[in-house]
Amino acid sequence: MSVTITVNGADHALDVDPSTPLLYVLRDDLELNGAKYGCGLGQCGACTVHIDGKPAFSCLTPVGAVAGRRIRTVEGLGSAGAPGLLQQAFEKEQAAQCGYCIAGMIMRAQALLDRIPDPDDAQIRAHMQTNLCRCGTHMRILRAVRRAVALRKGTQSAQEVRP
Amino acid sequence: MKRTRWTGRTVGRWAAGGALACLVGIGAFLGIAHRSGLPPIPPPKPDAFPAEMLSRGAALAAIGDCVVCHTADGGVPYAGGRALATPFGTLYSTNITPDPATGIGNWSKEAFKRAMRDGVSRDGSHLYPALPYDHYRQVHDGDLDAIYAFLMTRPAASAPARENDLIFPLGFRPLLAGWKLLFLHQEEFTPRPDRDAEWNRGAYLAEGLGHCSSCHSPRNLAGAEETGASAYSGGVAEGWVAPALNGSSPATVPWTKESLFTYLRTGVDGHHGAAAGPMGPVVHGLSRAPEADVRAIATYIASLSADRAGTAPKTPALPDRSAEAAKANPVGASLFAGACAGCHEGGAPMMTQGRPGLSTVAALQLDRPDNTIRAILQGFHAPTGPAGPAMPPFAASLTDAQVADLAAYLRSRFSDRPAWTSLETAAATVRKEDSQP
Repeated sequence: MSVTITVNGADHALDVDPSTPLLYVLRDDLELNGAKYGCGLGQCGACTVHIDGKPAFSCLTPVGAVAGRRIRTVEGLGSAGAPGLLQQAFEKEQAAQCGYCIAGMIMRAQALLDRIPDPDDAQIRAHMQTNLCRCGTHMRILRAVRRAVALRKGTQSAQEVRP
Repeated sequence: MKRTRWTGRTVGRWAAGGALACLVGIGAFLGIAHRSGLPPIPPPKPDAFPAEMLSRGAALAAIGDCVVCHTADGGVPYAGGRALATPFGTLYSTNITPDPATGIGNWSKEAFKRAMRDGVSRDGSHLYPALPYDHYRQVHDGDLDAIYAFLMTRPAASAPARENDLIFPLGFRPLLAGWKLLFLHQEEFTPRPDRDAEWNRGAYLAEGLGHCSSCHSPRNLAGAEETGASAYSGGVAEGWVAPALNGSSPATVPWTKESLFTYLRTGVDGHHGAAAGPMGPVVHGLSRAPEADVRAIATYIASLSADRAGTAPKTPALPDRSAEAAKANPVGASLFAGACAGCHEGGAPMMTQGRPGLSTVAALQLDRPDNTIRAILQGFHAPTGPAGPAMPPFAASLTDAQVADLAAYLRSRFSDRPAWTSLETAAATVRKEDSQP
């Protein structure tokens, strides 16, 4: 069965069972390997992508449900050569240890910054709650999100970005 | 036939008489409505109460779930500020920490007990029945003393009350005296001699502090609980259906006191759905209340549907018509396979841990689809800690039309009851309330 999905602005016609999780299609068919398979149960957030601008667990989203809707993955925010603001901030803060959760963390954070450009610390913490990091780099991840906010405002040097 | 001649003079007399009657009525009403203030006291010292009293007060407060309504999201416990949506507008809970200026720090024991029984603040103003004083007046004196001791020894927090947002004219508190004349007749609990001690303990806790029927009974137009045969026939809480606990319980497998105890203690039982929505915090409270008290509550609540349990088969047939349901709702079936089956299909990791199958989940057996739609869109957190039952939200993954297809599929596969209608509208209504990204 054919399903057409729009990922990072490009249309893809796929011959796939519509009940296939979006995550499998992104990784196996489109070779967008940023989003990761963590728990497969919507509990960890490693598979987070945006659907129509909102963060969603791609491991629990059937591809048939997103036909005709806008999907954005971490690859849509920038590349290794030209990283986006959050990607730069995560790199600068060395927010990744093993890195498995980071694509999901960045997409989760991006959804917040799209909605609230200048979130306070409580908003950041509340919003990031659904995503887990087994290495325990949450403090660096929070710093990276704050750094991205500061970078966007262009008002503070990175060293000043502390709560 | 003599006709009354309505001269100007007659009309004037009637009008004057009517106005006088109104004034007398209003005067009498205000006389009834008036409650005097009680004198403030210096806040009691923390060592003013014996330790035994404090631990008993803590256990009773957990059963009464005081902290749930009296704490804002992410706020200081007991400092109030939580919005309580009612059909009459939004109320904000108040600060019940011992802060003298904004809490109950200068309330005497008598003032506290008057508030719990009569719904009257220390200053004499009437309190709204969102504080379930219709239940609390059934509580024994010594237990109210223990709760007072417990609250007066919590950390004080400064948090002024937020203005309520009620429809006109309900902001005028003396009107509550009229409500109380009509509906506030409950008396202190008296045990039933034909029942054993455990049942009576459960009835005392459930009818009093537990205020179970506040959500699980329907309410009349004035917002008062319906009693008698309607008691425990199901109600609504924060948009969730609170299922019937009497003989009309929607449970596929009848509740027993053992299964109710497991459910109330852990938030889930092998043959009934998980505690979601406003039931989550109730389970959180009961998971740390004394075990004997939770067993007593389970015994009493199970007795409410005992008639049904007596006649229903012990191991009823569990509806699961996957082939027919897939034929009738192929889109719903495909969505289920991609979004739900990883946890809910037979053999899934969650199912091998003994979690309830969807045929036994009450949300799919109710007349209204609200609980199913809310669970899908909003998910719910584990009420008792990380190992408890939880469900992720699907609001970002699924459109309203897809939620409707999925709910229709679930109903036809896992229930023998009539199909739900207007599912897409119901999904849109729930989504509107949820502003989270």
